[in-house]
Amino acid sequence: MFSKGTKRKFSDGDEEISDESLVGARVASSYSLQRQSLLDMSLIKLQLCHMLVEPNLCRSVLIANTVRQIQEEMTHDGSWHMVTEAFCGPGQSPSERLVATEVLCRSREQDAEPKLFSVISYEGCREEEVVADETLCSVSVSDTVSNVCLAGRVGQCWEKSELSGVERDEEALEDSRLDSGEDEEIDTEDGASTESPKTTGQVFGTFEIKNGSPGPDSALEELFSDVDTSYYDLDTMLTGMQSAPKMGPYDLLDSLAPSHSSPSIVSTPTCRSDLNELDHIMEIIVGS
Amino acid sequence: MFLPLPALHFALCEKSNRFLGNGHMLTGVISSEPSADIISTVEFNCSGELLATGDKGGRVVIFQREQESKNRLLSRGEYNVYSTFQSHEPEFDYLKSLEIEEKINKIRWLPQQNAAHFLLSANDKTIKLWKISERDKRAEGYNLKDEDGRLRDQFRITTLRVPVLMPMDLMVEASPRRIFANAHTYHINSISVNSDYETYLSADDLRINLWHLEITDRSFNIVDIKPANMEELTEVITAAECHPHQCNVFVYSSSKGTIRLCDTRAAALCDRHSKFFEEPEDPSSRSFFSEIISSISDVKFSHSGRYMMTRDYLSVKVWDLNMENRPVETYQVHEYLRSKLCSLYENDCIFDKFECCWNGSDSAIMTGSYNNFFRMFDRNTRRDITLEASRENSKPRAMLKPRKVCTGGKRKKDEISVDSLDFNKKILHTAWHPKENVIAVAATNNLYIFQDKIN
Repeated sequence: MFSKGTKRKFSDGDEEISDESLVGARVASSYSLQRQSLLDMSLIKLQLCHMLVEPNLCRSVLIANTVRQIQEEMTHDGSWHMVTEAFCGPGQSPSERLVATEVLCRSREQDAEPKLFSVISYEGCREEEVVADETLCSVSVSDTVSNVCLAGRVGQCWEKSELSGVERDEEALEDSRLDSGEDEEIDTEDGASTESPKTTGQVFGTFEIKNGSPGPDSALEELFSDVDTSYYDLDTMLTGMQSAPKMGPYDLLDSLAPSHSSPSIVSTPTCRSDLNELDHIMEIIVGS
Repeated sequence: MFLPLPALHFALCEKSNRFLGNGHMLTGVISSEPSADIISTVEFNCSGELLATGDKGGRVVIFQREQESKNRLLSRGEYNVYSTFQSHEPEFDYLKSLEIEEKINKIRWLPQQNAAHFLLSANDKTIKLWKISERDKRAEGYNLKDEDGRLRDQFRITTLRVPVLMPMDLMVEASPRRIFANAHTYHINSISVNSDYETYLSADDLRINLWHLEITDRSFNIVDIKPANMEELTEVITAAECHPHQCNVFVYSSSKGTIRLCDTRAAALCDRHSKFFEEPEDPSSRSFFSEIISSISDVKFSHSGRYMMTRDYLSVKVWDLNMENRPVETYQVHEYLRSKLCSLYENDCIFDKFECCWNGSDSAIMTGSYNNFFRMFDRNTRRDITLEASRENSKPRAMLKPRKVCTGGKRKKDEISVDSLDFNKKILHTAWHPKENVIAVAATNNLYIFQDKIN
């Protein structure tokens, strides 16, 4: 059930530990808790983009820098590394694992590209169940109790989707380096699944785990070659109007924000409200 | 002749209503906006006779100072509404499916060259040049039309007469003379009129453009910090200003706490700065919020042109233009917030952009804070004072009481503890009369005008 391999170093039965190191350990863990909550808060902030009014670029840049700083520190002191080790091959630096979750909000039948799905893992955090609503392609997050690495959960989704016969891009699987890590995950986690059955049927059609390099987006580039992309770079990411998949820290806006309040599945309203707002605007334009 | 800072004298005589020393007193003249619109910018014109405010609804309200009456020696001119007009309307960018807010981000006056007044007002994307002119005469006695404007019957015109100008009630008209649009992809945060009175600059998050006041269909891009790959963006422009005397010099500040001074004579694109101002970070106070609180929200040259002032989240710094490695003066605005940075990050207050301003003689500086507090610092005596802009605590013509925030330990009477500060009441915009000790303070949707009085 606990997949990260970080054994708790001090146990209750150890009498050798002095008060100082206990306090030190507590301070360290409270620091890392604070740091974690700061990271979570920052990611939520990046995610809450207003549809009709452009977000404040300065604020977004400052929040993104804060997130990057936390990630770097977590990488530096190894807490990030241990997590990413679980599902990346040897010889890869942790920073390559610092990819963001990115989901296209709208399903595109004409899109030959496989949909992208990558992972941010949280050390020692709650299990985060990723559920995809295939009608709206939005990502839902559910907050359950067990302490499972996200990558493992993804692996399970993948595995179960395979079993349930959902269509999948073969290429994506082959490209994915998660494969080897995945199998290990699944073996250890089979018996520990707390995933509810209904989620398996809602998994995305295709997945591809990115390893940090910019994905192939030639198909979309062609589609949008006549559009001035300067308008779309950061702005669209931050406003949730995604035209072309881009990688990088700003993609964190789509990453999983644990819902602290309830364990029930909470779907991100972004895409739905996007559509409603657009409908409303089109009505006004067409109606007048 | 500049009067000494009245508030500091006031601090001395807080226990008494009598006037000590030079007998200065601070009075409050309060005018409130009729609607609930939040004031987003405040600016005196070059003579101080007019005070312009812009609000979130895109309106500009201009106040004019009453002429001093010889009969009432004790009263200085009060500011009354002179003109109100809608400067910007909300727009919709169809390409990006985004609304463009009509909120006025900045107003800057042009120096007065004739009877009319000119100002530049900017929202996120468009800058407009407005002409404000008075009309107090009307021509009467036209030949071809009646007094009510209807054309006269030609057969009834038997004589010719010269129309005469008759006095009428004063009418103040505002008309847009130029519209400078479509030059900014990102949100405009600053405009600044150059000392040549012919050009001005406008700055957004990533670019600065130089305009000619007469030419609206093109501008020169003089600074561009947009990276080729937007994923590498880590720094944005937060404010920019032209030097008050040297028309080739301007500065811009960044979200990383740096200021770059550029010379337009050096190159067409001033991406390479002439001077780079940055204070080295104190490693002992480093935290995850260090970068955010170092982000500069405002930069202002002194009237002399020798210094500049920057405002970051917790402090105001005065820089000598000849010394780049550190500021010459640093003033703590609300250091008691340093331990609350995490909560302020959570409620987004840490991103509030406070402005700062100099007095006419550059001897004092002012900036706002929370709980409707604003702070004044005297650069010569190094004394400072905290005042509050609120209706409850200041009646018209009443003296302002200095306020104090209790940072810990036992709270004295009249002190406010940090936890009871209202972070929704923030004073972001303040302005100081260019010649006299009159200040304008914008507290959400109310404008407070304070002036000192000699008894």
